[in-house]
Amino acid sequence: MSLTAESANASPNEPTRTVEVDSHTINFGPQHPAAHGVLRLILEMKGEMVERADPHIGLLHRGTEKLIEYKTYLQALPYMDRLDYVSPMCMEHSFAIAVERLLGIEGDVPIRARVIRTMFAELTRILNHLLNVTTYALDCGAITPALWGFEQREHLLEFYEAVGGSHYHVNYFRPGGVAKDLPAGLDDRIAGWCEQFPKFLGDLEGLLTNNRIFKQRTVDIGIMTAEMAMEWGFSGPCLRASGVPWDLRKSQPYEIYDQLDFEIPVGRQGDCYDRYLVRMMEMRQSLSMVKQCLGLLKPGPIKVLDNKIVPPSRGEMKRSMESLIHHFKLYTEGYHVPAGATYTVTEAPKGEFGVYMVADGTNRPYRCKIRAPGYAHLQAMEVLSKGHMLADAVAIIGSLDIVFGEIDR
Amino acid sequence: MAETQSLTALGEAVLAALPAGRIEIERGAELVLTLPGEGLVEAMTLLRDHFGFEQLMDLCGADWPERPARFEVIYNLLSLSHNRRIRVIVSTDAATPVPSLIHVWPCATWYEREAWDMYGIVFEGQTDLRRLLTDYGFEGHPLRKDFPLTGHVEVRYDEERKQVVYEPVKLTQDFRNFDFLSPWENMTTLPGDEKVFLNRVEPPAAPQVAGPKP
Repeated sequence: MSLTAESANASPNEPTRTVEVDSHTINFGPQHPAAHGVLRLILEMKGEMVERADPHIGLLHRGTEKLIEYKTYLQALPYMDRLDYVSPMCMEHSFAIAVERLLGIEGDVPIRARVIRTMFAELTRILNHLLNVTTYALDCGAITPALWGFEQREHLLEFYEAVGGSHYHVNYFRPGGVAKDLPAGLDDRIAGWCEQFPKFLGDLEGLLTNNRIFKQRTVDIGIMTAEMAMEWGFSGPCLRASGVPWDLRKSQPYEIYDQLDFEIPVGRQGDCYDRYLVRMMEMRQSLSMVKQCLGLLKPGPIKVLDNKIVPPSRGEMKRSMESLIHHFKLYTEGYHVPAGATYTVTEAPKGEFGVYMVADGTNRPYRCKIRAPGYAHLQAMEVLSKGHMLADAVAIIGSLDIVFGEIDR
Repeated sequence: MAETQSLTALGEAVLAALPAGRIEIERGAELVLTLPGEGLVEAMTLLRDHFGFEQLMDLCGADWPERPARFEVIYNLLSLSHNRRIRVIVSTDAATPVPSLIHVWPCATWYEREAWDMYGIVFEGQTDLRRLLTDYGFEGHPLRKDFPLTGHVEVRYDEERKQVVYEPVKLTQDFRNFDFLSPWENMTTLPGDEKVFLNRVEPPAAPQVAGPKP
């Protein structure tokens, strides 16, 4: 493209000046470290300004929705862990509640299971925000937060391992409760971790919140007004950073959120810096919720008592014929879910994570659509980055909290 | 049950504004509105502006091969101001396009592209109907019920040709579809036993004995 600047400043005795501005297209990713996974972003540049941004997604598409249609409800659950692998338990959460709704056992889930689920959902939120905030800072040039943050994440992942046996793919929230009870002493370990975490948060804020370089990279970059955020389908921290006080934990409470005391941080500008601030404040709120949940933990059952939905205990299975039959039926045929459909949402760390599930009365979902929050956020990449520098596009991607496991499904 | 009542009231109001639709309340908790494809943009604009459903949270397809209009397009709307949701369902077939909502909600683009990619549902007025999630040059619509789980092609790096090649999928073992549905599950009358059920006289119910069991 060539731009001729003759009419604007052309004085009669000055010769006509022709300025050639080079417009070219660059391929950002899919192996770019700041692309947060396998994002291929086709950027049409005008000099160093972004003219158009066209994200090409699907490089991590694994056909989760198709696979789920071929699995029983119990077998489909582990696929949810692999969606947003930064916050696995929150992914299971929507699926588990959706199945409970269709089965009509949502009200029967025992209180201890609800407290454990809420506590781990909040620990997962911290886990997610820690990764996002620190790698976002890494994209903007700060290495130290990432090194510190991963140490804290390791502690949280050890709690994951204690309950589910693995660091990431825990398969812990099940329709009807949770897979296992907390091992002895875990609540004390979580309480101990809660004691030291505020100091870390203080250190992290000390590194970033008033950091001149970080602010220069993020303040007034990628502004999303409240109206725009709503029409682009934003949710979660990205919506709240634009000044919309909307949180599913408050407005459509599930589990025990209506019994917890917490606040919803809301931003004002809707720029990259506000999205960072909202996440930092959410971590403090989540920490307080984890502490409240620890106080609410009382001994009791951790799943519904109906052995047609949850497996009987191992010991019982060795003694009782009926339990053996239940076990066999559950792990071969699975349970039948009455025909119906539900769109069930939870407030995942990245936003509204929804599962639209259609059951046809058999032991498998007929359709399971996964509504990933990052999908809507990434789509707005073009309006967010238009007119910004190339380096700002990196900050915008970081602030949107993109994880390709959930976007590509 | 106050929730169900408010949903019923909302459903009646929506129905009064959109007489072509059909309202259903799923399990007393979720409002479902079935609409025809014609006039969808106007109906959605009405839902957005008059009923306060500001956000299109999700749009997806579903495949019911045995129905004459085999596809459903499902829109999940959210109202932030009134804190409520509605689900809009439009039925279509592979040939009939559904009006695109790109001018009502700009975020519809990717969702419509995905529905096109996965089911082959055409959206009229959508200018950017490229494939989104599948590979460049992919053929077929993978979420249709008649598309095999294994797909049609597999991809590998060919050392001799020094490039990635696509080949018809080869299964080293037959595809196993475990359906553990028992044939006995819903069969109340066994073959040859019909007479028993036709002529059965129900015995009188045993009287309830009060007091502790022996």
